[in-house]
Amino acid sequence: MRQETRDRVLDVNAIRADFPILQREVYGKPLVYLDNAATSQTPRQVIDALVRYYESYNANIHRAVHALGEEATAAYEEAREKVARFIGAPSAESVIFTRNTTEAINLVAYAWGRANVGEGDEIILTQMEHHSNLIPWQLLAEEKGAAIRYIEVTPEGTLELGNLSALFSPRTKLLAMPHVSNSLGTINPVEEIIAEASRRGVTTLIDGAQAIPHMPVDVQAVGADFYAFSAHKMLGPTGVGVLYARRELLEEMAPFLSGGEMIRKVTFEGATWNDLPWKFEAGTPNIADAIAFGSAIDYLDALGMENVRRHEVEVTAYALERLRAIDDVTLYGPDDPEGRGGVVSFNFGDLHPHDVGTILDRQGVAIRAGHHCTQPLMRCLGVTGTARASFYVYNTQEEVDVLMDGLKAARDFFR
Amino acid sequence: MSNDEYRRQESELDDLYREIIIDHYRHPRHKGHLSAPSACHEGVNPLCGDEVTVEVALDGEALGEIAYSGSGCSISQSSASMMTEAVAGKSVAEARRLIADFTAMMRGDEGIDPDALGDLEALSGVRKFPVRIKCATLAWHTLAEALAEASAD
Repeated sequence: MRQETRDRVLDVNAIRADFPILQREVYGKPLVYLDNAATSQTPRQVIDALVRYYESYNANIHRAVHALGEEATAAYEEAREKVARFIGAPSAESVIFTRNTTEAINLVAYAWGRANVGEGDEIILTQMEHHSNLIPWQLLAEEKGAAIRYIEVTPEGTLELGNLSALFSPRTKLLAMPHVSNSLGTINPVEEIIAEASRRGVTTLIDGAQAIPHMPVDVQAVGADFYAFSAHKMLGPTGVGVLYARRELLEEMAPFLSGGEMIRKVTFEGATWNDLPWKFEAGTPNIADAIAFGSAIDYLDALGMENVRRHEVEVTAYALERLRAIDDVTLYGPDDPEGRGGVVSFNFGDLHPHDVGTILDRQGVAIRAGHHCTQPLMRCLGVTGTARASFYVYNTQEEVDVLMDGLKAARDFFR
Repeated sequence: MSNDEYRRQESELDDLYREIIIDHYRHPRHKGHLSAPSACHEGVNPLCGDEVTVEVALDGEALGEIAYSGSGCSISQSSASMMTEAVAGKSVAEARRLIADFTAMMRGDEGIDPDALGDLEALSGVRKFPVRIKCATLAWHTLAEALAEASAD
């Protein structure tokens, strides 16, 4: 029976066979890749989609009258349809391709923020923001003379929501926050917080970079006006991000980047803008990677996002259990694996996370060590950094065991 | 993995974490603050969050007193500790020369006199771990800034 329960939700051996990189060794040891919150690995199916594009229908899109251009355009727009279906967007018109989550958030900060946030206005963020959902708003606030207020993080690594309503004022224009914390793994109750914001007429943005890849998400059920995420964290290639936005907002907004593709009619005196979503996609987009991203979504769809989530909960629960059994390991984030994504952040005795990371690296184990682009949060936790292991569809409990052996080696080394 | 390969990796790790480095990490020298520093400079490694603050008190042309504080990995902190020991009491010109020699060693430049570096040579093993080189040089760049500030006054 025990055997059956192991990895029952996903056929991990079959999945691993799809990822060429998982065959490689690092310093003579099998690669144990536990840095998925930074970027995920790429299955053969996605690599094949890239090769197919460049070998058989590479062309610029939307303007060509030739066969290759038509095929490339169709594939690019089909990828957008796949994204829309995958996240429950009402239509593909509200799905804008960007370079990454950061660019998607910057698009909102410039095209929406500059027009809607003024002097004396307020923006609500959380203390657990990734810098990508912090700096764009700090720059906006500085430029406009607006203020930022922060939802605090409790010692358990969750958001302090007891006094949420006190953070809002008649001047609050925007609430932006992560769906899942990249440093702590905390799954935030975004529906509840967004409902509160929306009741007050506050526009909302969710940084979903750590959520969309790992669990079923319906952006309409979440209810945010804007929702941003990246392809490279969900088995896709680097260089493609997504901004989902409510159509009415996109229609009101001025363009962000400008040039070709985003225009309808251009004269020497001025121009009118293209329809959605192309109004926000100036210049030749990342055609090949967007198409390959579509293949990554196919791959995740075939696994089933509910199964992906169950698998990650199992691996994360096992990792938490093993780490708790080690003396002098400090864990950050929620205790309950159901309350967190596949992210485990910890410190080990008085060893600095970089030293832990270097020793683990020599065992073939790739983890993240440092502040995880959340320096203010690290200060809240009273640490300069943590070691972070983050899991995905191809990770196994056996790999968690290798991580534990590596930690023992680190301890022996510094004893 | 072959035994040779295993031994090579073990020895690279041993080179990175030489005994003297661990000793300075466990028992830092000159860690704390000066009562009357001539200059104080904070250095930060933005990629990993290592922090080192160096305080110097000049005594004429000599580095009368030096102290460091901060937090970070064993390499960044032991490098700071070893640095303070190496430059304390030296002339500012000698300290600058040592900074130049040390950073040259970390770059892998040829023609560095290992005797001039003394114990600091132990940090050369860091070169095999390129992402950690900035950890080792942080304190030294910070000292250079502190000396520039002190001399400017």
